[in-house]
Amino acid sequence: MSLPEMSALFPTLQEVIFVLFALLIAVTSLIAAMAPNLFHNALGLVATLFGIAGIYFMLEAEFVGVSQILVYIGAIATLITFAIMLTRGMMFGRTSAMNRQGLAGAIISGLFFVVLLGIVFQVPWPNVVADITDGEALIANLGALFVSTYLLPFELLALLLLVALTGALLLARDR
Amino acid sequence: MLQNYLFVLILSTVALIIPVAAIVLGHFLGPRRPDPIKTATYESGVETIGDTWVQFRAQYYLIGLIFLIFDVEVIFLFPIALAFERLSLLSTLAVVTFVLILLLGLLVEWRKGALEWE
Repeated sequence: MSLPEMSALFPTLQEVIFVLFALLIAVTSLIAAMAPNLFHNALGLVATLFGIAGIYFMLEAEFVGVSQILVYIGAIATLITFAIMLTRGMMFGRTSAMNRQGLAGAIISGLFFVVLLGIVFQVPWPNVVADITDGEALIANLGALFVSTYLLPFELLALLLLVALTGALLLARDR
Repeated sequence: MLQNYLFVLILSTVALIIPVAAIVLGHFLGPRRPDPIKTATYESGVETIGDTWVQFRAQYYLIGLIFLIFDVEVIFLFPIALAFERLSLLSTLAVVTFVLILLLGLLVEWRKGALEWE
């Protein structure tokens, strides 16, 4: 057996890291779905989001990865834990992760898995990697596009955030 | 690409090893003579009052929501900051408008007293 054939038998470091991230996502998402304590579900979700951010970094989508950590873990996961800690009934006593919709949920997610498998095997994934600029220039290009080509959506986004802000104010206050 | 993250890998490994080593070494080297006072649960050196699982005030949620909005704003401003040197005047004005619109939101929060801690 020649040396390249030998090395094909062993996983590359990249593959090892990918499998580790995939395992992290699988285990923690099971915790997020099945743990009997709702607070532990939330912590499992945080770890799952971290794993997905890791996958983004492996795909060299640094900006998406950083956004994932900043927005999903930094803000949304915090909000979810706040919501749990604010709700007395959820906080005390064990909540069951299972309900009567378990079977229907299992069927739907099984079907969804089949669809995903079909996409993975049917789509002709390109083998040649496009020549992309390095991370920082790529993000700068994105920023320049925000304020030139996509100016209107960008300003609309500010309005959307403003509406969300005032909406949050209306909903979250008792008065 | 991935080589750039080698330091992250090394740092995470070190960050994992040091606390685990501290706990494992402490477990094996430290003498173990428990008595009721030593095993008592404490919080910041003071005995805990009530349950650890307390209900939090609803105002935290509002502050969290406001934080989320401005967090998203930062995410969108960051790439523009990287492209700052090649922005035209119109683009710069667009960024200023973006920030001003969100500043309006902050003013509304302020006027409504959402930032006051009750």
